[in-house]
Amino acid sequence: MDTAFSNEDLKFQSEIRDFIKTNYPQELRDSINSKRKLGKELSREDLTAWHKILGKHNGWSAPSWPKQYGGAEFTPTQKYIFEQECAKAECQYIMPFGINMVGPVIYTFGNEEQKAQHLPGILSGEVFWCQGYSEPGSGSDLASLKTSAVKEGDYYIVNGQKTWTTMAQYADWIFCLVRTNPEAEKPQQGISFLLIDMKTPGVTVRPIKLMDGTHEVNETWFDNVKVPIENLIGQENMGWTYAKFLLAHERSGIAGVARSKKAIERIKQIASSEMSYGEPLIQDPAFKAKIAAAELELSALEYTELRTLAKDSAGKGPGPESSLLKIKGTDIQQAVTELAMEAVGYYANPHLGTTLSNEYVGPDYATNLSGTYFNFRKASIYGGSNEIQRNIIAKMVLGL
Amino acid sequence: MNFDYTEEQTLLDNMVTSFVRDNYDWDTRCNIVKSEEGWKEENWKQFAELGLLGVPFDEVYGGLGGKSTDLMIVMEQFGKGLVVEPYLPTVILAGGLISKLGSEEQKNSIIPEIISGNVRCAFAYAEPQSRFDLNDVKTTAVLNGDDYVLNGFKSVVFGAGMASHLIISARTDGDQRSESGISLFIVDTKSDGLTLQNYPTIDEYRASEVIIENLKVSKDNVLGEVNMAYEAIEEIVDISTIAACSEAVGILQVLKDSTTEYCKNRKQFGQSIAKNQVIQHRLVDMMIEYEQAKSILYMAVTADLSNSDERKKAVSAAKARIGKAIKFVGESAIQLHGGMGVVDEYMVSHYFKRATMIGVLFGNTDYHMKRYMTLTQSGISSSDEAISVSVT
Repeated sequence: MDTAFSNEDLKFQSEIRDFIKTNYPQELRDSINSKRKLGKELSREDLTAWHKILGKHNGWSAPSWPKQYGGAEFTPTQKYIFEQECAKAECQYIMPFGINMVGPVIYTFGNEEQKAQHLPGILSGEVFWCQGYSEPGSGSDLASLKTSAVKEGDYYIVNGQKTWTTMAQYADWIFCLVRTNPEAEKPQQGISFLLIDMKTPGVTVRPIKLMDGTHEVNETWFDNVKVPIENLIGQENMGWTYAKFLLAHERSGIAGVARSKKAIERIKQIASSEMSYGEPLIQDPAFKAKIAAAELELSALEYTELRTLAKDSAGKGPGPESSLLKIKGTDIQQAVTELAMEAVGYYANPHLGTTLSNEYVGPDYATNLSGTYFNFRKASIYGGSNEIQRNIIAKMVLGL
Repeated sequence: MNFDYTEEQTLLDNMVTSFVRDNYDWDTRCNIVKSEEGWKEENWKQFAELGLLGVPFDEVYGGLGGKSTDLMIVMEQFGKGLVVEPYLPTVILAGGLISKLGSEEQKNSIIPEIISGNVRCAFAYAEPQSRFDLNDVKTTAVLNGDDYVLNGFKSVVFGAGMASHLIISARTDGDQRSESGISLFIVDTKSDGLTLQNYPTIDEYRASEVIIENLKVSKDNVLGEVNMAYEAIEEIVDISTIAACSEAVGILQVLKDSTTEYCKNRKQFGQSIAKNQVIQHRLVDMMIEYEQAKSILYMAVTADLSNSDERKKAVSAAKARIGKAIKFVGESAIQLHGGMGVVDEYMVSHYFKRATMIGVLFGNTDYHMKRYMTLTQSGISSSDEAISVSVT
């Protein structure tokens, strides 16, 4: 057992650190920070600028991708270090839809033309992807999805509705699960995996506002959308296999340990400024105990993640244990957003910290902490609700 | 970065696992704890033959030079078998103090005897008023000619009844709670002035109350420098705490696995109760707690234990977090076993009881939470003193 970084790892760490220092644009950090605080929507440029910079540097935008497809092919330890350093420097995270989701599906199951067409744009960050999985009637029971694709000549004609399509408002492409065989014996057997250009006539995106007022997710409608049959990934009716591969494939970073660590540091700073009973809040035994509990949980989770990574690098594959990372990781993210909101007391109230005449109110650090708390209730629901994750562990790990 | 055992560690793991499998089946264990002695000397001899008693000691004295990972391996497997022989008190706790503080002469005369199984030691540190505070020592030692004379009372001394020697902490200077002024003495358990009241614990281990009345100890039997024992005590208790955490993780694994099996087999309403989602999710949560406990144990075992700040922080983080896991996994195991969970006859209650008592050993969850908070937030907090005064 050895968790110390090797000299090579340490060299890698300082390489990453230096790169971020030299290449992460300060204006980007400032622009994102101020928009976050004010609850303003991040622009497509905000979301992709860092991705584009990394994409020009040894495939760093795709830490897990094999080198042959232009990725960085980091070792698990390197991936861990990379994530830590990016979180510490508060770099904008890379949108997962291209890099972590559809990219690996394309290079694993796609044909040569599809790889040549799509992988470079995903790597460089020039092409923005979104995910068409959930439907109004198909949340946890994803396989019941109804969006249909009927083959007519060289095209599939797609009809139906996807929902919770994150950042569809910016997307150039969407990867979709569609039903190609409604007669199949099991619902899972009639599903195919299609890539659809968002500019195709008949695709309509409508925003869904979340409870904190932000616009992250959308409804995406398909009305007789003509999709060339070349955009089918793998074989028709085998989409469920690719969908599951996608869900289980890239779970590294799902726990968000490094970002939660950073968030706890921030809460400690806030709680040193906030007063309670005439003393800094950080000295309040009850508040202090909650911070410590979050730290312990996070410390345990960090080692759970490291154990998973180590197993992964030994070629044993991450497997359904990654459901544990999702459950605990989101638990902690939610606990941390709650503590931050709690720390500012009454100043959780002013919506976006601004008056009707656009003046700031309250301490600078308090702005939108309650918004973030409300926003993060999504974490235990998305990506397979935490109840579904428990079902997965019960079945796949405990054999129940 | 890896979490694999080395070849030697794998051998050690296999060896302890086979010992538990071959010598510690449930019936055998029940007979051992019901016997008058409460342990089995034959097993101790076997530990000696297998080299287990030498794991943490320096090769110079005939030990194996093992590190915290090796002790974790031994204790985790002992936990799985609920092994009652006093390995932790003798080898890790008392043995650790002797290795840390003993003179060459003391080490040469005692350590080989521990390794060969002839000498067993226990460490008498807790007192009725001290709770978990290692610095709270009322027992006194006064120099009189070439001897110290000790008077006082030591509480819940694990393994004392099986020990040939006790290490006793006593105050040679300072007031009751001062860290300086504490000294350690090695004494024969049969010495005049020493009375042991032996008893079984709720989890079927053995402990003793130790009454010390005008106990004469030669100056030669002071362990380490007079007045200066506190730091070493804290360090060795920390190392022992990691060992206790390892035992707990072994126990939690048994509780989680056996409860999962039980729920698969137990039928109600015409089907296995494990078909109920409410049961499944409880079992999953037990697994998550177990994995988190194991992870934070790995964090502590791989921490830089030679750095005292890092050691204290890591140990308290692990003990506090594992304490929480013990409560959840233990109580869930009993609940999901239903009626079978609450009876003495079935093994699950015994694992639950041992795990719960490990929760208390060397400081419970709240105690270590407070220590962790003091260590991690002392830079910011100016009222730590006020807070630590309220610790009782």
